[in-house]
Amino acid sequence: MDLCTMDLRITRQRGFLLFIFTCSSLLHGSRGEIPSKPTGGVTILPPIKPDNGPQAFPDAEKENMPVFTMNYSRIQIPFEITLWVLLASFAKIGFHVYKKITVWVPESCLLITIGLIVGGIMHSVHEEPPAVLRSNVFFLYMLPPIVLDSAYFMPTRPFFENIGTVLWFAVVGTLWNSIGIGMSLYAICQIEAFGVQDINLQENLLFATIISAVDPVAVLSVFEDVSVNEQLYIVVFGECLFNDAVTVVLYNMFNFVAEMPVVEPVDVFLGVARFFVVGFGGMGFGILFGFTAAFTTRFTSRVREIEPLFIFMYSYLAYLVAELFSISSIMAIVTCALTMKYYVEENVSQRSCTTIRHVVKMLGSIAETLIFFFLGVVTITTDHEWNWGYILFTLLFAFVWRGLGVLVLTQIINPFRTIPFNFKDQFGLAYGGLRGAISFALVFTLPDSIGRKQLFVTATIAVILFTVFLQGISIRPLIEFINVRRTNRNLDTINVEIHCRIMDHTIAGIEDLCGQWSHFYWKDKFMKFNNQILRKILIRDNRAESSIVALYKKLELQNAMEILDDVSGDISAAPSKGKENAKPKRKFLAPDLKNMHDILSKNMYKIRQRTVAYTTKHALPNESQSKEILIRRHASIRRSLRPGSFQSSVVPKSHKYFSLPAGKSLDSKFPPGMTSYADDEETMSEAAYPSRRSRLVQPARSSSSRAMMPLRRLDTLTEVHSVDVVDEKVGDRRRAARGTSRTNSSSSRDPRIPAPQRHHSSADNGRGSADNFRNGHHEEEEEEPQPLSPAPSWTAEPREDAAQNPLLRRPQWKPKK
Amino acid sequence: MGASQTRPEHRHQDLADRTGFSLEQIKNLHKRFQQLSGDEDTISKENLESIPTLANNPIRKQIIGAFFDKSAFAECLLAAGGAPHFPYRHQRGFILFGLRNQHRGEAGSCDQIGFEQFLMVMSHFRPPTLKMTAEEKEAMRREKLRFLFNMHDTDNDGTITLVEYRKVVEELLSKSGSIGQEAAEAIADAAMLEVASTNVPTMGPDDFYEGITFEHFEQILKGLEMESRMHIRFLDVDTTTMRCGKSTS
Repeated sequence: MDLCTMDLRITRQRGFLLFIFTCSSLLHGSRGEIPSKPTGGVTILPPIKPDNGPQAFPDAEKENMPVFTMNYSRIQIPFEITLWVLLASFAKIGFHVYKKITVWVPESCLLITIGLIVGGIMHSVHEEPPAVLRSNVFFLYMLPPIVLDSAYFMPTRPFFENIGTVLWFAVVGTLWNSIGIGMSLYAICQIEAFGVQDINLQENLLFATIISAVDPVAVLSVFEDVSVNEQLYIVVFGECLFNDAVTVVLYNMFNFVAEMPVVEPVDVFLGVARFFVVGFGGMGFGILFGFTAAFTTRFTSRVREIEPLFIFMYSYLAYLVAELFSISSIMAIVTCALTMKYYVEENVSQRSCTTIRHVVKMLGSIAETLIFFFLGVVTITTDHEWNWGYILFTLLFAFVWRGLGVLVLTQIINPFRTIPFNFKDQFGLAYGGLRGAISFALVFTLPDSIGRKQLFVTATIAVILFTVFLQGISIRPLIEFINVRRTNRNLDTINVEIHCRIMDHTIAGIEDLCGQWSHFYWKDKFMKFNNQILRKILIRDNRAESSIVALYKKLELQNAMEILDDVSGDISAAPSKGKENAKPKRKFLAPDLKNMHDILSKNMYKIRQRTVAYTTKHALPNESQSKEILIRRHASIRRSLRPGSFQSSVVPKSHKYFSLPAGKSLDSKFPPGMTSYADDEETMSEAAYPSRRSRLVQPARSSSSRAMMPLRRLDTLTEVHSVDVVDEKVGDRRRAARGTSRTNSSSSRDPRIPAPQRHHSSADNGRGSADNFRNGHHEEEEEEPQPLSPAPSWTAEPREDAAQNPLLRRPQWKPKK
Repeated sequence: MGASQTRPEHRHQDLADRTGFSLEQIKNLHKRFQQLSGDEDTISKENLESIPTLANNPIRKQIIGAFFDKSAFAECLLAAGGAPHFPYRHQRGFILFGLRNQHRGEAGSCDQIGFEQFLMVMSHFRPPTLKMTAEEKEAMRREKLRFLFNMHDTDNDGTITLVEYRKVVEELLSKSGSIGQEAAEAIADAAMLEVASTNVPTMGPDDFYEGITFEHFEQILKGLEMESRMHIRFLDVDTTTMRCGKSTS
């Protein structure tokens, strides 16, 4: 009930936001059933509160059959929650309208600022803060998405490479901070002048625990922007994740202890034991549920639409079950996400995977946004107990202990690290220790039995505001100023790709040679186990390579061969290339490079995963580009193949990635193509899928699936070219949609291919029509099921591929020769 | 184990000075060396190839080859301390012997190496220390690049030809199973072309890019971070014996 009324106030307060001056009195008067009154004028600001509009009607009389009724209390809670979320989301949109703001001022600062403004408005009309942030709401609904978000997007390879350091900082660092700050504050409390003698040691420790939860979202996005070195990034990232777990465990422990009248020594030991039980118990549940989730998705190929649900439900289940046994639910959900991610992403379809990622991201960012927002509101609206001494010393100790902790802990961990942290890195680590949403939520959900809760809330808010604003804003210039070692993550050449792999293998090999199986030894062992057992159990499509892969390879080969020939000088042999001859400087276009890059990354045996693009808390890893390139490429193949029935040389030309006119990018060539491909995307996006999978560790299998889909696409494409009838059948709509882009591409291609030559036309036409027919059917059938499935027709394919290959075979590809 | 060494401490100290390893590390590596060689003074390719954990490494050949590469060795010596003086006569004798006989095999490779060379090659992978200056780091990076380059450049002529490059890529892909020779070649070709286009932008259509020189090699890998990739933390603790029961003896 309390919640209801609080929420009600929220709405009204929202009304205030909108008509601060006009409606204030109305709002005040409105209670209970008629909060919608002020919304009569809402149309003034439709984007913020559009839904309230229709309700601005007078209540209907009850006696007769009501013509119009309103039952606000029924929908109140979800309604108001929706409005809050909307408001927060609008705020986010607002920040990004003007890009420069978010570069220099972290988003969390802006959110808090908005919250402060809203809080100020609420305060001016003597409203109470929303009570959404109650202990249960926070722990059961807000925290899981935040943690799942971080865990799911954890860059796996760097994380496991630095797992020791991450855990060291997360566990020992948090303990260090909690105990250090707690003890120091307890010492401060003994000073009479501050008047806080009534805070005992347990409460101090509890409070110290709360404010030692770092939440460096802002820092991470800064780190990513300036691309600091991977080690620093991942340690900060991992620290904030596991440190939440540690903090919550400690919080619960101290919360319990703080209410105990007397603490006996045995309780300390029990506490330590419990700490481990809680931590490892959570991990165990997480692994259990992670594998269950992976195993479940093995069977979801027929029910694609609910696939993503399993991920969320299992994660949440892990969380809830862990909560049930009072073990670390954060640990559970983190390990669950880490465990299942790899298998699940291989099992589910591309679109499910995208959905999962988006939803995880969305929920996480909404939860966090709301917390920051409330932080602002609460800052203004609660009654604070301001104690200069305590709060200033809290700030000081939080800062000092963090710095000391990083210094000391780095000295201890450095000898065990391959790349030791230098002082700049340590500065980044220490200075990146912002306090954030978790701290606030924890302190706000403290039980009322804590005597100085008000003071704690105030102090925590002070720490958060101080760190988020001061450190959050200043960290970017500082990091840039001290010039922390950076990692160049723009690996955009094939050579770099190749050499990264060579280096990985070399290192692994050398480690084998010197018999030090530190990191790679275990990794190898795990990979073996993974390949031999886990994958077989957990992944549906775990079969061997199909020969379709060979076709795909051939395709790539031919493209590359042509390029090579071009460079090595027989460009002149092709009359159509006069234009390029005029421009001897053939530069690789970025998309082309990306494309090769992509091929490389998906086909290589991987000892280690590639460096993953860093993820911020609020952005999906950007893989769209490589995906798009593939889409485009296949789209262009398709396009070119269709006119190919009357203009053969178009086929090889457009087919190559390197055959674009120098200086022209793929984008410029097919500008509207992408957008007009809505229908194609259904099929193409599957083809483009691989790029994501390239992240996965599994070499053989992933490459098979990956290579397979484009191929399948190619097949369907090839048939399309020769027989337009089939094409008609397959998809009129697609054609219509493609119309523009096709003309586009052909026109742009024309100057380059003045002399169309057709070498393989007749043979291919015959073959093509037959194939076309068959494939047309395939396409119809397979549009829905996703390509990963080992469709029987595909296993049968190899023979046909071989037959179809003439189209792709080299001599025909290069008619000019 | 130490029976074959008359004065291990002295020798190790000397090696430590030249390679930058600590004494413990050298001791560990020496143990490993003897373990691999079967308590011999030298180690042969077969010794290394028989390491079970290495079997899955697609570029096993190149890695092992790097140990037996005489030019790399000479370079190591030069890099390590200027005057290539050999404190161990018998070893030097052996190396010379190996060099003399090398023309039977591939150009520029030896059949057997001693502990010193083993250590020299290993020393390429020492992680940087906090005290290193930017120039030293740069030199280290170059050294590592050179190592990579030599891995490619099997005939030691100072350029990586297309054939050589293809071979490496092929081997790199060989373990994936899904990629055949042709695709590997295609990739190598594309990579080669990329090198050509980066380094010889004004190349005419009839020019032939004959191979990647070290300068070009440096150029193409310019922005790449090597720090986190080409380092091994050589343990001071002897892990060999720790895991002895499991995987070694």
